[in-house]
Amino acid sequence: MGAEVSTAETEEVHAHDDDHHHELPFWKKYVFSTDHKIIGYQYAITALIFLFVGFYLMMVMRWSIAHPDKELPGILAAFLNKSWLNDQGMVTGDLYNMFGAMHGTIMVFLGIVPLAFGAFGNFVTPLQIGAPDMAFPRLNMASYWFYFLGGVVMLASFMLPSGAAEAGWTMYSPLATTAQLDEPNLWWTGQTFWLFGMVFLISSSLLGAVNFITTIINLRCRGMTWMRMPFFVWAMLVTGFLLLLAFPPLEVAAIMQIMDRLAGASFFIPTGLNFSGAGSVDAGLLDVAGGGSPLLYQHLFWFLAHPEVYVLILPAIAIVGEILPNNIRRPVWGYKSMVYAVMVLGFLAFIVWAHHMYITGMGNVVSTFFQATTVIISIPSVILLTCLFISLWGGSIRFTVPMLWALAFLPMFGIGGLTGLPLAFNLIDLHLHDTYYVIAHFHYVVAPGTIFGLFAGIYYWFPKATGRMMNNTLGHLHFWPSLIAMNGIFMPMFVQGMAGFHRRWYDGGANYDEITSRIIFDEGSFFANLFKDGQAIEMIDLNVFMTFFVWVLCIAQFPFIFNFFYSIFKGRKADSDNPWRATTLEWSAPNKPPHGNFVTEPVAYRGPYEYSVKGHATDYTPQFERGDDGVILGEEDPPAAAQNDGH
Amino acid sequence: MQTLGIINEMLGLPEVASEHGGMVDHLLEMVHWLMLVLLIGWSAFFVYCLARFRTKKNPKADYHGVQGHASHHIEIAVVVVEAVLLLGFAFPLWAQRSTDYPSGPDVVRVRAVAEQYKWTMHYPGPDNKFGLSKSDLISGGNPLGIDWEDINAKDDFLYTELVLPVNRECIVTVTSKDVIHNLSLHPMRMQQDAIPGSVSDMWFKPISTGRWQTICGQLCGAGHGGMVGYMEVMEEKDFDAWYKENVPSAKEEKLPEADPEKSDKAS
Ligand code: HEM
Ligand SMILES: [Cu+2]
Ligand SMILES: [Cu+2]
Repeated sequence: MGAEVSTAETEEVHAHDDDHHHELPFWKKYVFSTDHKIIGYQYAITALIFLFVGFYLMMVMRWSIAHPDKELPGILAAFLNKSWLNDQGMVTGDLYNMFGAMHGTIMVFLGIVPLAFGAFGNFVTPLQIGAPDMAFPRLNMASYWFYFLGGVVMLASFMLPSGAAEAGWTMYSPLATTAQLDEPNLWWTGQTFWLFGMVFLISSSLLGAVNFITTIINLRCRGMTWMRMPFFVWAMLVTGFLLLLAFPPLEVAAIMQIMDRLAGASFFIPTGLNFSGAGSVDAGLLDVAGGGSPLLYQHLFWFLAHPEVYVLILPAIAIVGEILPNNIRRPVWGYKSMVYAVMVLGFLAFIVWAHHMYITGMGNVVSTFFQATTVIISIPSVILLTCLFISLWGGSIRFTVPMLWALAFLPMFGIGGLTGLPLAFNLIDLHLHDTYYVIAHFHYVVAPGTIFGLFAGIYYWFPKATGRMMNNTLGHLHFWPSLIAMNGIFMPMFVQGMAGFHRRWYDGGANYDEITSRIIFDEGSFFANLFKDGQAIEMIDLNVFMTFFVWVLCIAQFPFIFNFFYSIFKGRKADSDNPWRATTLEWSAPNKPPHGNFVTEPVAYRGPYEYSVKGHATDYTPQFERGDDGVILGEEDPPAAAQNDGH
Repeated sequence: MQTLGIINEMLGLPEVASEHGGMVDHLLEMVHWLMLVLLIGWSAFFVYCLARFRTKKNPKADYHGVQGHASHHIEIAVVVVEAVLLLGFAFPLWAQRSTDYPSGPDVVRVRAVAEQYKWTMHYPGPDNKFGLSKSDLISGGNPLGIDWEDINAKDDFLYTELVLPVNRECIVTVTSKDVIHNLSLHPMRMQQDAIPGSVSDMWFKPISTGRWQTICGQLCGAGHGGMVGYMEVMEEKDFDAWYKENVPSAKEEKLPEADPEKSDKAS
């Protein structure tokens, strides 16, 4: 990458106050750009594509779960290597594991985080704090291209003879270290590619995190005091710290696992492994140095992966925190509580990780500590959600499309958060761990939760990015089926989980017939007549129901895809730079903000959510409106000269 | 332990078959009540607000919104309930699981050893002591690599299913030969990872007889979804008879005589 990077304009950061600057060549303006908005768009498009890839992988999995004895339908089989299917064209355990591992990896590291943090964070943060760009534009560009490379490596791994990684997104050793050992060249295996891919992705996140933290601390415009920052910016700051402090252990773990696979090390491999030959390793003693610890890997992994779930959810809460006040026309209730709650959450996120490991068997003291911290972390989460709910009281609620998504986010995230509570208790977790209860719990957080938040954000900031509104009707056609389908998919998983259905069963539990054939609706009962010709409905039949809604969810995304591209070119023009009549600084910048973002110097005169202020002519009083009450802390009057570009 | 199990029942929690399991279900039920109360509270408030404060009904928003401290009271209530659940139930219950291990001649001991993709149960025989096992002795005829010359191994035997007596404390020692597996015993409300290179114990006391499938609860490879095992809890006298039947009789000559010197060294 070196050559391209080194030619990037150092002048660009300063250029915000003159409109005219020399035209950049296309590849510099749109490909190797250092502009935070372009990088934001790049992140958004790439991440959306990966979300659909992750979605496709999941559709294959869901097919296999619901119909383990049926051929994979052509429309799904068209995109995969036919030799991965068995003779009858059905999904095998190997294929399921590969797609499962890559669904998790792609959704988390290539879909949600880049869209939430990379795209929204990049596009919105500098605009909201009145900065001309990120503090380190070229690091920003490097961050995107590391992410891109990581994505390419992950996708390329599907083309290898071994296929992609197949040991769960968690890649626990020794399974991950010994998987695909039967390949002639261990460098060219999905497992190894996954590790290298992760090294790129982690490096990308670290660069991004440093950049966000610096930008938010240093590049706030005049008047943008800490407590005038929109909640979104607070959440980005905390997210930045989470990434910065949590990712290095996983980067280390990935490199150690690479050493184990390729260089004969044994960080995570104990002495004396003896394989039965039923898997991909030859029968007999494994020839390694040994002496390593599988549990060490788990600790390193979860030390990242727990904070990572807050990285997945905080940006969504933050987006909702912007859209809600705008559409209820009153300030968020308890702004300060929310700020403190998100900081406490960020801190506690680092000391709960071992609740993912209760099943490894835990001493009393350690278990007590992690049960306590896990339960305590529910408190700031409850505070955040409660503040958002209470904000509604006394509002004047507009049901715009972004608002629909934001409103739906609240109960969905509520369900996801609440169902985490039982899992905090060690002994309950011994019943529920690794069951579909857990799958439902965290998907409620990241799928109907985070994804709804992200859709809300796309509909909301679309006019700022493109100057045009997204279509309303198509927005409704996207929202309602998605809401129904998400619940149709995930709600039954709680029931299955309680009954002991475990995750990562490629056949959806057919092998565990005694457990999965429990009857829910008796023979001849109403539902039995409705769905199964009067035969009794068993637990395992829920699989078919859920997979049906996966198809519904898939179809419900078409209005969005169409709307997105159509509206970029043909959408209704936004009536002004502030079509939602919002209060935060990004709405003072012109639509399709130019390089450097602002035409006039941005100044924050007041708090972020001054809606329906008594005596004000309109029902919103933007941060950037001078007014009579606007005070810049520490200054009597704003001096004319601008000196806010961070130098 | 009798519990009010409405939510558990509605959600289809399977019958419990261990002594401590009742308390686990009890705790689960209580947590679900807490969740349900919060969820219903939030939802009712939510729906009411959406109806009451939509633009048509309420064209002018109120800058101040909710006044008073209702939310603080709710949060304090949540904290108190959670503290009770932790201090009153979760901590003592796990302390019992992790430190109060039963001992004595009546305790049933089993080693559950996992491999891709099956379980082998190792019973210590009447001496209640496991013979040594070494991974380099593993072979087709000796799947756990038991050192049959070890004096403690003389009366040991292997079995494919986990067989236990009712109403006696059982310690199951879980480990693995290859990758991480997990012995998941839902009727007992217990689950333990089988981690190669380490041995982990779990203990419980079955309180009803029956036969159940056991689950491998940790991804262990392509055959993970088919790693079905069985657990059978028998009446005590049936168990004793079954045990006796399986102990290799002293008369049987198929095993080499122990060399006392060697087994001394080994132990
Ligand atoms: C949009 C709808 C989604 C559906 C219907 C869905 C469905 C599924 C299914 C069926 C599984 C496999 C369960 C199993 O057999 O173990 C799974 C696993 C998983 N999903 Fe999703 N998912 C969705 C979105 C997401 C998103 C947005 C994320 C992340 C942010 C995500 C993260 C994961 C992870 C980490 C796993 C575990 C993978 C593993 O077993 O290693 N999913 N999902
Ligand atoms: Cu297994
Ligand atoms: Cu398994």
